[in-house]
Amino acid sequence: MLQVPVSAGARATAGERIGWALAVAVPLAFLGVFFAWPVLTLLARGLAPDGALDLGGFGEVLARPRTWRVIGQTLIQATAATAICVALGIPGALVLYRRRFPGQGLLRGVVTVPFVLPSVVVGTAFHALVTTGGPLGGLNLDGTRTAVIAALVFFNYGYVVRNIGTMWCRLDPRAVEAARTLGASPWRAWRTVTLPSLLPAIASAAATVFLLCATAYGVVLVLGGTGAGTIETEIYLLTARYLDLRAAAVLSVVQLVVIAAALWVGERARRARQAHLALRTDVPATPLRVADAPALGVTALTICGLLVAPMAVLVIRSLRRAGHWTLANYADLSTTGGDNALLVSVWEAAGNSLRVAAAATAIALTVGVAVCLVLSRNPRRRLLARGIALFDAVFMLPLGVSAVTVGFGFLITLAPTGLTRSWWILPLAQAVVAVPLVVRTLLPGVRAIDPRQREVAATLGAGPGRVLASVDGPHLLRAGGLAAGFALATSVGEFGATSFLARPQGPTLPVVVYRLVGSPGAQNQGMGLAAGVVLAVGAAALMLACERLQASARRPTRSLAETGTSNTLRPAQVTHRDRHK
Amino acid sequence: MSTRKAAVRAAVSPLTAPSNGVALAASTRSAHRLAAIRPSRRALLTGGATAAVGLALAACGSGTGGSGTSSTASDGTVTVVTYDSFDLPDELIAAFEADTGYTLEIARSGDGGEVANKLILTKDAPLGDAVFGINNTMASRILAEGVIDTDVALNLPDGAADYLAPYIVDDTPALVPIDFGEVCVNVDTFWLSDHGLEVPAIFEDLTDPAYKDMFVAINPTTSSTGMAFLLATIGHFGEDGFAQYWKDLVANGTKIDEGWSDAYYTDFTAGGGDGAYPIVVSYSSSPAATLNDDGIATTAAMSRTATRQVEYAGVLAGAANPDGAAAFVAWMLSRDVQEAIPDAMYMYPVDPDAALADDLANFGATAEDPIVVDPDDIAAHQQEWLTTWAQAVGQ
Repeated sequence: MLQVPVSAGARATAGERIGWALAVAVPLAFLGVFFAWPVLTLLARGLAPDGALDLGGFGEVLARPRTWRVIGQTLIQATAATAICVALGIPGALVLYRRRFPGQGLLRGVVTVPFVLPSVVVGTAFHALVTTGGPLGGLNLDGTRTAVIAALVFFNYGYVVRNIGTMWCRLDPRAVEAARTLGASPWRAWRTVTLPSLLPAIASAAATVFLLCATAYGVVLVLGGTGAGTIETEIYLLTARYLDLRAAAVLSVVQLVVIAAALWVGERARRARQAHLALRTDVPATPLRVADAPALGVTALTICGLLVAPMAVLVIRSLRRAGHWTLANYADLSTTGGDNALLVSVWEAAGNSLRVAAAATAIALTVGVAVCLVLSRNPRRRLLARGIALFDAVFMLPLGVSAVTVGFGFLITLAPTGLTRSWWILPLAQAVVAVPLVVRTLLPGVRAIDPRQREVAATLGAGPGRVLASVDGPHLLRAGGLAAGFALATSVGEFGATSFLARPQGPTLPVVVYRLVGSPGAQNQGMGLAAGVVLAVGAAALMLACERLQASARRPTRSLAETGTSNTLRPAQVTHRDRHK
Repeated sequence: MSTRKAAVRAAVSPLTAPSNGVALAASTRSAHRLAAIRPSRRALLTGGATAAVGLALAACGSGTGGSGTSSTASDGTVTVVTYDSFDLPDELIAAFEADTGYTLEIARSGDGGEVANKLILTKDAPLGDAVFGINNTMASRILAEGVIDTDVALNLPDGAADYLAPYIVDDTPALVPIDFGEVCVNVDTFWLSDHGLEVPAIFEDLTDPAYKDMFVAINPTTSSTGMAFLLATIGHFGEDGFAQYWKDLVANGTKIDEGWSDAYYTDFTAGGGDGAYPIVVSYSSSPAATLNDDGIATTAAMSRTATRQVEYAGVLAGAANPDGAAAFVAWMLSRDVQEAIPDAMYMYPVDPDAALADDLANFGATAEDPIVVDPDDIAAHQQEWLTTWAQAVGQ
C-alpha cells in the first residue's frame, strides 16, 4: 500500500501512516468497485470474448472511414468549444469575481444554470432557436457543427468562469500592486503577474472542459443532426443499439487515449506554472473601472446572447400552451401529467432528486477531499511522486469513459449482486462522476498552499490533524462550497450510467423532464418545459446557496507575505521534525 | 385531467449522457406513439377488483383460489423487464397481484432496442423473469440468442392462437405478440389545402418538387419510430432501391430529426408548436389527437406508407420465477389489459375484440395492408441497412 508522508523526509508516525493509507485506499476501492470493475469487464467482453485477447478488432474498426470521421469531429468540436470557453471565461471571471456591482450574485447564478440543465432541455431549447421558423432559423444552423459547439460552450462556460474566478479571488493583490508601482501598465501587470498565477486553474479547467466536450452525448445527438456524431455517440450506438461490443471496446480505448492525452497536456501546462502562491481567503472585490469595459462588454454579450437566449426560449415556451399565454404548465406540476404520463408528480420527483443529490454529494466530497489531500503532497521520493501523478490521472477517468460503457458494465457485474436495485446505486454512480469535478475544484487551491505553512505549523507543535485543520482546512472550505455545488448540480441535472440500469423507484427531476418532453399532448410538453425551468432555477439556487454558505464559512487566515514564485523543485525545507534517514 | 395519485413505481428514465450535467439522449422511447387520446374516463374495472384476468392462470401449478389470499406455491415476485414507457392502470396490476398471489415488480430499462440488447448481454444472469416490449426489429435476434424460455407452458386465453398467428416470429409462440403500433406518414391536411396542395398518398409523392422542404423524417439509428419508417421504405422499394429513395428525399429538402417528439412537436405544423413542416413520420393513431373544435381531425395518416411495430412478451430463460412470468404473459392478453393498452401505452391491442376509445376508432384506423419486412431479414441486415441509409443521406 502506498504511503504518503506529510512532508518529504519526515518519518511519519503510525497514525499518520494509517491515515494516509486510508486516504489512498478508500477512494481507490470506491473507484475500483463502481468504475474500474464494470468498465474493464465490459471491455473484456469486447476484446477477449473467448478469454483470449483478440486485438484484430482494432485493425478492422480503425480501417473504417466512419471511425476517423467520428474521431476528427470529436476533436474539432471539443477543441473549439474549450478554446471559446477559456477565451470568454477569463473576462467573465474578472467581471464576476474580482469586481463588485449590483446584481452580481444573480449573474453568478445565471452562468451556473446551464451546467446543470439536462441536455434534453437544452437540446429542445437550442433546437427551437435554430430550427426552421425559429428566432434564428434564418442562419441555417440546425444540425450543424456550429450549433453543437455553441451548445457545448453554453454548458461549460459557467464551469470555467467559476474555477478561474474562485482562484482569482484568492490571489494576493499586492504582487500586482507592486508591479504597478514599478511602472507596469494594468495590462502588463495582468499579463506578467496575474495570468501566470491563474494558469494552473486555467489549465485545470480547460482540461476538464475538454473532457466534458469530448464525451458530450445528449446535446450532440439532439443538435448534431444526422452528421457523424462523436466518439461518445458512436460508442452508445455500437453498445446499446447494435451490441457490437468489440467495436465499442476499440472506440472506448481510443477515447481513453484522447482523454489521457488531453489530461497530460493539461497537467504539463499546470506543472510548468505551478507555484506555491501566497493565497488569501479574503481578497475584497473592487468596483468596476473604465479599464474593465472590454471585459464587461464581452461578458455581457456572452451572458445575454449565449446563456440567456436559449433559457429565455425555454421560459417563454413554458408559459405558453396551445398558442396562448398561461400558467397552466406550472399549475399542473403537482399532477402526473396528461393521461398520467408520469408515475409521480413533478414535486415528488424534485424531492427525490434532492435526496439523491445530497447523498451523492456527501459521498463525492468524502472521496474527493481524501483524493485532494493525497494529491497535494509533494513527496521527495520519485516513486511516490509518480504514484501521486498516476493517482491523479486515475480519478479523472470517470469523466472520460462513456456512460453507456459504465452502465452496461454495471449490468454484467453489479446487477447479479442485487446492488443495482438498491436506492444507493444512483447516488453512488453519480458520485463516481462528481468526484473528478470535486477534485478539480478543490485541488488548485490546496496545491497552491506553500508547504512551508504546514511545516511551520508542525514546527510549532501542531499534530498532523491540527495541521490539516488549520492550514489545508480553510482552503478546502473555501473551495468546498463550490465543489459541493458542482457535485449537487451534477447529480441533480444528470442521469449518468444509472439510466442504463432499471429505473429507480423514485424518478428524479431530469428523468421526469425527459419523460414529459417525450410524451404526447400539449399539456405534457408544456409541463416538461415548466419542469425544466424548475430544474434550472432549483439548480441555480443550490449553487448560490453553496456559495453563500462558503462565504459565511470564510475564516481569514494569515498568509505568508510572499509572492508566489517558489516552485515545486526547490529542496524540501528542513524542519525541526525532520530527521533524515 | 386526472389527479389520481399514481403509486410510486419505478421511474422512467431516458438514455443517459455523459457526465457533465448534460444528460440525455434524444432517442425516442418506444412508446410515444400515439398521440394522446383524450382521457376517456372509462371505468376500467366496473366490477371492482374481480378477477380481472379471465384467468387461465392455472399455469402456476397452484390452484389460484381466486380468493385473493396468496396461495401456497404462488408467492414471490415477478420481475418484468420492460421499456420506459410501460404503464398500466394500478387497479389492473392490483387485481393481477390479488388473483395470483405474486408481487409484480416492473424494471423499466430503456427503450425497446436497449431492453433487447441488455437481455442479450445478461442472458447468463437474467435481469428478471419476464420481458415485455421486444418489437419485431429485435424479435428474431432475441430468439436466436436464446433469451426466451421456449419450453414454458403459457396457458393463453381461449382463441388467442388464431389472432396471434400472423405475428408469430420464427414459428416460436413462446414470444407472444401483445400489441402493435403503426408507423406511417402524417400530413397536415388543413395546411396543405390552405396552400392549394393535394394531400400526398404514396411514398413517391414525397420526392415530388411540389412538396419540397415539407417533410420531416426521423433518424432510424436513434429512434425506433425512425427505424420502422426506414423498414417501410425497404419493404416498398426493396433492398436495392431504398437508398436512392432516401437520396431523392434529401434532395427534395427532407429534414431528418433525431427523435419522434422533436419531429412531431417542434417541426410538424400541426404538432402544437410553431413547426414549418406539414408532413411528418408519426403513427396511424396520431390524427385522433388533432381534433379541432368541430371534432374533425386536422391531420391524416398516409395508410399506404404504414408498417407495424409489433411488441412481444415472453418468459426469460433462466428466470427465477418462470411460473410467475408465464402468468404475467397470459395476463397481458387478458381482455382488461388489452383494452387498457391504447390509453396507457398508445398502442393497438392485438386482440381484435378489445374495444377502442371512440376517437381512436374514428380517426386512428389502422391500414388494411401494412408493409411487412421479415424479422429474420431485419436481424440479419439491420446494421448494414443503417450504414447504407447513413451513406444515402450524406452522413
